[in-house]
Amino acid sequence: MTKIDTSRPETVLPTPSHTVGPFYGHALPFPGGGDIAPVGHPDTITVQGYVYDGEGNPLPDAFVELWGADPDGNIPQVDGSIRRDPSSGGYLGRNGVEFTGWGRIQTDANGHWYARTLRPGARGRSAPYLSVCVFARGLLVHLFTRIYLPGDEAALAADPVLSQVPEARRGTLIAKDDGKGTYRFDIRLQGEGETVFLEFQ
Amino acid sequence: MTLTQQDIDQEIAAEHAAYEKRIADGAPVEHQPRRDYAPYRSSVLRHPKQPPITIDVTKDPELVELHSPAFGERDITEIDNDLTKQHTGEPIGERITVSGRLLDRDGRPIRGQLVEVWQANSAGRYAHQREQHDAPLDPNFTGVGRTLTDDDGHYHFTTVQPGPYPWRQHLNAWRPAHIHFSLFGTAFTQRLVTQMYFPSDPLFPYDPIIQSVTDDAARQRLVATYDHNLSVPEFSMGYHWDIVLDGPHATWIEEGR
Ligand SMILES: [Fe+3]
Repeated sequence: MTKIDTSRPETVLPTPSHTVGPFYGHALPFPGGGDIAPVGHPDTITVQGYVYDGEGNPLPDAFVELWGADPDGNIPQVDGSIRRDPSSGGYLGRNGVEFTGWGRIQTDANGHWYARTLRPGARGRSAPYLSVCVFARGLLVHLFTRIYLPGDEAALAADPVLSQVPEARRGTLIAKDDGKGTYRFDIRLQGEGETVFLEFQ
Repeated sequence: MTLTQQDIDQEIAAEHAAYEKRIADGAPVEHQPRRDYAPYRSSVLRHPKQPPITIDVTKDPELVELHSPAFGERDITEIDNDLTKQHTGEPIGERITVSGRLLDRDGRPIRGQLVEVWQANSAGRYAHQREQHDAPLDPNFTGVGRTLTDDDGHYHFTTVQPGPYPWRQHLNAWRPAHIHFSLFGTAFTQRLVTQMYFPSDPLFPYDPIIQSVTDDAARQRLVATYDHNLSVPEFSMGYHWDIVLDGPHATWIEEGR
């Protein structure tokens, strides 16, 4: 049954996930999806990378969603990521002023994605990070991971999640500093160098 | 050698039997598909082989993932939830209304959150896809919609019944008619992308994507219910589909949402 009786908690069971399939291209991606940072903001960083399968081939049919705190560590509660134009019905784009903290970026034909966002601030006991959700054709349930930024070794060493990860795999969660505020973060779904994925309970 | 429907049927049956045996041996019910489900071939190289790192969200209320991005009125235009009104003419096909509630695991409504849908036209063809099968395009149907849930967690779409379509994984592979849904909860941990099906579709047993949900009751939760009260007189057939988001959330941040 798909009419749920909320007075009977035992019937409130999760709706299963399904793959996003190959045909989301005209529905989910939007222009400027990765241009999350307000225009000209001094704390802007660029994060870019590839998504690879178990044979090391890049995925041209994947997308990532990024979600992060602002530079002060506050969670944005600002709408307007996918602003639409009431007259034309098309996308208007972000206003370039407000920071929504969220973006959606599809990989290109080479499996490459990029985003410009604000350098996240730290929250609680965690080192600063961007939360990532990965979707792809063939992936039956999306995958969560995190992009930690290199630099503050003490904060990274004290991070409760990184400390749970075996030393040999920890590096898959930490972006590589390419200089000038640019970071490289590849996502490997399977095989050698497989990215560490996260499950929340 | 060409992969046949019979080959896939056998693999689906084997996966189902393996699940039944796990349950008989005392394993927990699997509400979600496994990412490693070979009858759906695209999953083979695209699932992690290492176990995930588990995060107990009750230990840290500051996690970014315990919050969700916000969407609002300016992210939606008034007719975004009516897929039959996005062009100058009427799309071809049987008009349907699809409605239901977006809930969390405690049965509480998720308010003011974004629901996105996309689907094939009534002939089984997606708009703007180059490699699709040669069913006709409909100049009056794009097949993309979005809405925000109301204060009771309700969403509502008007569209046309999508057609089934072939997808070439194996010989004679057809997807049952479906509407894709993308959903946000009160926490990023509740994010969900899934597909809604229509009652009694004869293609269910043959489709490895719906069968990847090996638990029979869980699979039923992907199928909408025909609801005569949702049918609009002289206009459309009505379907009801409630959605429950899995994943933990923070009760202490939800007040006022
Ligand atoms: Fe589809």
